[in-house]
Amino acid sequence: MDWTFILKYTPLYIQAAALTLEIAFWGILFSLLLGIACSLIKYERVPILQGIVSFYIELSRNTPLLIQLFFLYFGLPKLGIRISAENCAIIGLAFLGGSYMAESFRSGLESIDKIQLESASSLGMNRVQTLQYVLFPQAMAISMPSLCANIIFLIKETSVVSAIALADLMYVTKDLIGLYYQTGEALLLLVTSYLILLLPISVLASVLERRLRYAGFGT
Amino acid sequence: MQDLALELLYKGSNFARLLDGLWVTLRISLLSVVLSIVFGILFGLFMRQKHWICQAISRVYLDFIRIMPQLVLLFLVYFGFTRMFGWNLSAEVSSVLVFTFWGTAEMGDLVRGALSSIPPQQYDSASALGLSRMQAYLHVIIPQTLRRLLPPAINLMTRMIKTTSLVVLIGIVEVLKVGQQIIDANRFEFPSAALWIYGLIFFLYFFTCWPISLVATHLENKWR
Repeated sequence: MDWTFILKYTPLYIQAAALTLEIAFWGILFSLLLGIACSLIKYERVPILQGIVSFYIELSRNTPLLIQLFFLYFGLPKLGIRISAENCAIIGLAFLGGSYMAESFRSGLESIDKIQLESASSLGMNRVQTLQYVLFPQAMAISMPSLCANIIFLIKETSVVSAIALADLMYVTKDLIGLYYQTGEALLLLVTSYLILLLPISVLASVLERRLRYAGFGT
Repeated sequence: MQDLALELLYKGSNFARLLDGLWVTLRISLLSVVLSIVFGILFGLFMRQKHWICQAISRVYLDFIRIMPQLVLLFLVYFGFTRMFGWNLSAEVSSVLVFTFWGTAEMGDLVRGALSSIPPQQYDSASALGLSRMQAYLHVIIPQTLRRLLPPAINLMTRMIKTTSLVVLIGIVEVLKVGQQIIDANRFEFPSAALWIYGLIFFLYFFTCWPISLVATHLENKWR
């Protein structure tokens, strides 16, 4: 192990990790919003929109992120739509993540007992209030473990954005291997970076899952 | 719209080449799926062992796989193993290795989950009926486990097919690479080729994975 090499390039990795996190943050935020919107549309069976949402979910779940990114980044400019690499990455992540979030959140919504809806309406709540005070908080709690799993999945998926020339962890590693042939050191830095990024979230997710299981939501 | 890339597909054997490329990814993923099913079942049984060493090994293995992106694993094997052990693995062998390694972990966890979801009373009732241990497994436990295992296992399969698209990044000539070659070769004649070719590849993947995930959904609904 060449420690001077590792020390020299650690700042580069920190920068790359920051970019990875930034893209992941926006991607996750938008995919959560998109996912919740889609799951509500499917749950409430909104006509027309429901069909569009189902189509979108199937499309995004059954195609790889890499191809989605290539289409966005290399294909769309031919139609005159130019998006920066960073925005492409965020749009791609949101497009992919949205469907996963939607499915997780919908299973949370659907696991809530019908009787709760009836009680809410017998209390005189309207549809929006029921959603806001009864359905939403419970569905959030129930689907928390799978939402966390999706978040980890999306952060991992950001490794693909190096393919559209964003200087993320993968890209930096590929560059260093190409330039100096210090493969072992570059890979060690790469693995360590991902461990530092994802281990805390994964631990947090399993703690959350255990806490929620004991809390006994929805049973 | 200057040109229609449909013409491009008829030209030479472009479409056939794309399908050939798709077959490369499919071959890698199918091989890995088969291997992961075999090793995954073994790993699932291993995870059920109560001994702390077994628990620790499976925990570390599973967590490592869960945390590392597949692309990182690919790089580790393809570039790392050469340096660390001097193994000169071809890109295709490394990718099968990585996807099997990953699939085994995921499949193992599914097998473990399915097995532990069978209530212990089922074992007791089987023995109360006078079934031997072998018969109990054959007629009671395994059919129930399969029902719970099959839908998520099929989903895992589509995930593996999707993820094998990454192998283009370690230099395997698969559908995406073929697409790039076609685009590059026709850059002046068909400037908008990128849109159509990438769009086509997008749908090629979709029509590969979608029927498989439909089967999973169907089984899930039928066996609920």
